[in-house]
This record gives sequence, structure tokens and C-alpha cells, in this order.
Amino acid sequence: MAVIPLTTPITEAQIRTLKVGDTVEITGRLYTGRDAVHHRLHHGEKPPVDLAGQIIYHCGPVMVKDGDKWLCKGAGPTTSSREEPYQWEVMRDHGIRGVIGKGGMGPKTLAGCVKYGCVYLHAIGGAAQVAAEKITRVDGVDWMDLGSPEAIWHLWVEKFPCIVTMDSHGNSLHQQVFEASAAALEKLKA
Amino acid sequence: MSTSTTTALQASLVELIRVSSTVLPRDVITAVDAGRKVEEVGTNAAYALDVIDCNIGLAKTKSQPLCQDTGSILVYVHTPVGYDQIEFEETFIEAVKEATTKGYLRQNSVDSITGKNSGNNVGPGTPDFHFHQWRKDHVEVKLMLKGGGCENVGVTYTLPNPKFGGRDLKGVENAILDCVLQAQGHGCGPGILGVGIGGDRVSGMAWGKHQLLRLLDDTNPDPVLAELEKSIVAKANQSGIGPMGFGGKTTLLGCKVGKLNRVPASFFVSISYMCWAFRRQGVNLAADGSITRWIY
Repeated sequence: MAVIPLTTPITEAQIRTLKVGDTVEITGRLYTGRDAVHHRLHHGEKPPVDLAGQIIYHCGPVMVKDGDKWLCKGAGPTTSSREEPYQWEVMRDHGIRGVIGKGGMGPKTLAGCVKYGCVYLHAIGGAAQVAAEKITRVDGVDWMDLGSPEAIWHLWVEKFPCIVTMDSHGNSLHQQVFEASAAALEKLKA
Repeated sequence: MSTSTTTALQASLVELIRVSSTVLPRDVITAVDAGRKVEEVGTNAAYALDVIDCNIGLAKTKSQPLCQDTGSILVYVHTPVGYDQIEFEETFIEAVKEATTKGYLRQNSVDSITGKNSGNNVGPGTPDFHFHQWRKDHVEVKLMLKGGGCENVGVTYTLPNPKFGGRDLKGVENAILDCVLQAQGHGCGPGILGVGIGGDRVSGMAWGKHQLLRLLDDTNPDPVLAELEKSIVAKANQSGIGPMGFGGKTTLLGCKVGKLNRVPASFFVSISYMCWAFRRQGVNLAADGSITRWIY
């Protein structure tokens, strides 16, 4: 598998070249954002960072404070489908170019990817240490009042690996696997 | 308990939490390895299982959590008659706070209305204790750390249901396979199912979850349920869902089914989905609080 390097911030043109099945390695800034962050953005709160061209990582890391520094002890992806009601709005209103998570997302998000130029990037769920190895720095945190797992962490990553499973051309690996597996299981029914 | 016993007990429990969070049990590693052998080289499925294998090694070496979602803390304790369960519970809670400070556990206890994180994993319902007495003279503690992603895809079905069938093995099997279909990759498959047939809405799910304490390679003593378990795994692995829902041959690493009696009006099939990062460990404790045996 050829690996495509991506550096944040990312342009729309670059995102449009990506296809379902591509393997990418991301270098640069990642902002974590999960349930509570999306809930706030949906209710119109202004994000504390400029998200234009950036990637939101659905992740609630394990962070431990060491003096005035934060150490990341684990940072794999969380299930993305919970952000299905909100994700397309974040694409529209804040210009994000990518979402990293696991499990994939639904039709609203896929339509958002097509319309606003964004991709869904799948990391390996449960693999907190493989992900943490690629996080070279923790540069800051916002919205800590939401609690550590729900806060916006400013991560710096080097060659963070993902697979494109939803692209900006309307293709979704998740939709394909769901349809094929539903048909296969129907035939296997007791 | 004397102060020295409490101190030793807390140290043992912190170690149990550390090992549970960072080291995958042998039976689960064997099942992941078996999955790696059947996936074709160069596929997304093989890639996912390779990353998982690498993660298992890293977590153990670095003594850091396998998964950042260190989950619900489920504690199953057997104690001799007359053992002080209250003091055990208090000591376990101190061990949880210590393990959270050390980064073996994420801050995972959140008020359901205000959203406030307690910051130390302690709060109403967390950790979740299940105490039983037994006639043996030692304490046994089994611990599961169950992440929210897999917990969210668990389902309680009621039968009959026109989609799945009636109150028989066919209906049960079809309901369980629907859970696998709906879960896709959301629960971090390849997964392990703990199923409780019967009971009520609480006892059925609790019994399903309890099945996850069994070894993956054991055989159900009930031959009918043993057959059902085999059939579920075989069919799920022909579904093509695969690791992470990427497509592939490894959708389930195991399925464990138990049954409880029910009232005539109810027929529940309660399914608890466990992710590949199946963190469960257990210890036997001596009277002085020290660990005498690791169970898994």
C-alpha cells in the first residue's frame, strides 16, 4: 500500500485527491474533539482555536500532568457515529478538512464531505499506544471544564497513520460493508 | 483488617488494575493471533490486526493502557464468610484513585446530568461491585475494564420478533447475529459476545456480561448452548464485516452464552459486546492482602 503524506493545515484540492482505501500519514496539528465539543459547537459556541483546514480527532486521551507539562498515556480513536448529527455543520461552519475516528459515520456526514470537501479517516480502535507513539507533543488544551477526556487537546503528530474510509466523492467503505454483510447474514439466517 | 493488611491489599489491587489495563490476557492474544493467520496479506483487515498486535506489545512494554477508554470498572469479588466487604470496597476505591493518578485509568466517571467529571473514577455506580460469598478461605477478585464504544453496541432483544423469529434457538441466533450486523465496526471488533438468554432486563444483561469471565477457549457445559456459540462465531465470521468493520474474515473472536429462567411473559436475549481490547484479569488474595495467583 502506497502511503500518502498529509500535512495540516490541508487544502481542499488535496482532500479531493483522496479516495476510499487510501492509506495516509498525517504530520502536524490535530485537535481532539468529541461528544461535548460537538454539542457546544452545535449550540453556537465559538471554537477556541481556528479549525480552518484542520483535522478534528474523535479522541478522549489519557493525560497525566508532569509539572507544567502534559504527558499523553494513550490516545486511540473513539466511536464517531455519535457525532453524526453535528459533524456536517462543523465542516460547513469551521472549514475542517478531515475527521479522524473509528467505526465510520452516516449519510449526513458523507454528504458534508462531498459538499464542503472533507474526508473521514479511520484509525485503529483500541490501539491507544500505537496512536500515542505518533503524538510527539501536547501543546495545549482548551475547554478543560468539560473534563479531560472531553477537552480540546492540541496534539502534534508525526506520521499518524489512517485509512480513508469516506471520501469527498460520496464513497463510504462503511456503507459498502454494511450492505454486503446484511446480504451475507440474511442468507445465513437460522 | 490491620493497617498493614489494608496497605498490602491496596497495593495488590492497584497492580490488578495496572495489569488489567495494560496486558491483554493470554486467551485473547491467542484468538487475535488466530485471526491474523486467516486474513489475507495486504488487506485492510490484516493491517488492522497488525496494528492491534503491535499495540498489545507496546502497552505491555510501556505499562500504559491498551485503550485510552479504560472503561467501566466491573469488579466481581468472592469472599470467605465473615470477610469485611465494606473495607474491601473502601480499599478498592482508594486503589482506583491511585491508578487514575498513575495513568493506568482515564478519568471516566461523569455526572449524567451536569456532565461534571469526578476526576478520580469514583462516583454513583462507579466502580461497579458484585460481591458474593463462598465457602473457600481466600478472596478472589476478577476485574473487567469495558470501554464505552463496545458497551454502546450491546442490545436487549425481546422474542418473538417478526424479523428474527419465535421463542426458540432460531429466534435467539438470528437476534444475536442482528446485533453483530448493527455493531459493524463501532464496537472495535473483532468482538466477543457475552449473551444472557432469559432473566429480566437487569439479570439477563448481567448474566450475559458475566459470561465474559469465561476463557475464550472453554466449552460450554450445556451442549445446546455450546453448539449455539459455535454457530454464531462461524456465521459472524462469514458476514464479511471483519476487524474494525473494514471487511474481512475475523468479525468475532468468541461468543459465550448463558441462560436464566424467565417469567412466562418475557423472553429476553441480552447481548453484551466486548471489543478486541478485552481487558479482564483476576487474582486470588491471601489473608495478608498479597496476591497468590493470577487467574487469566
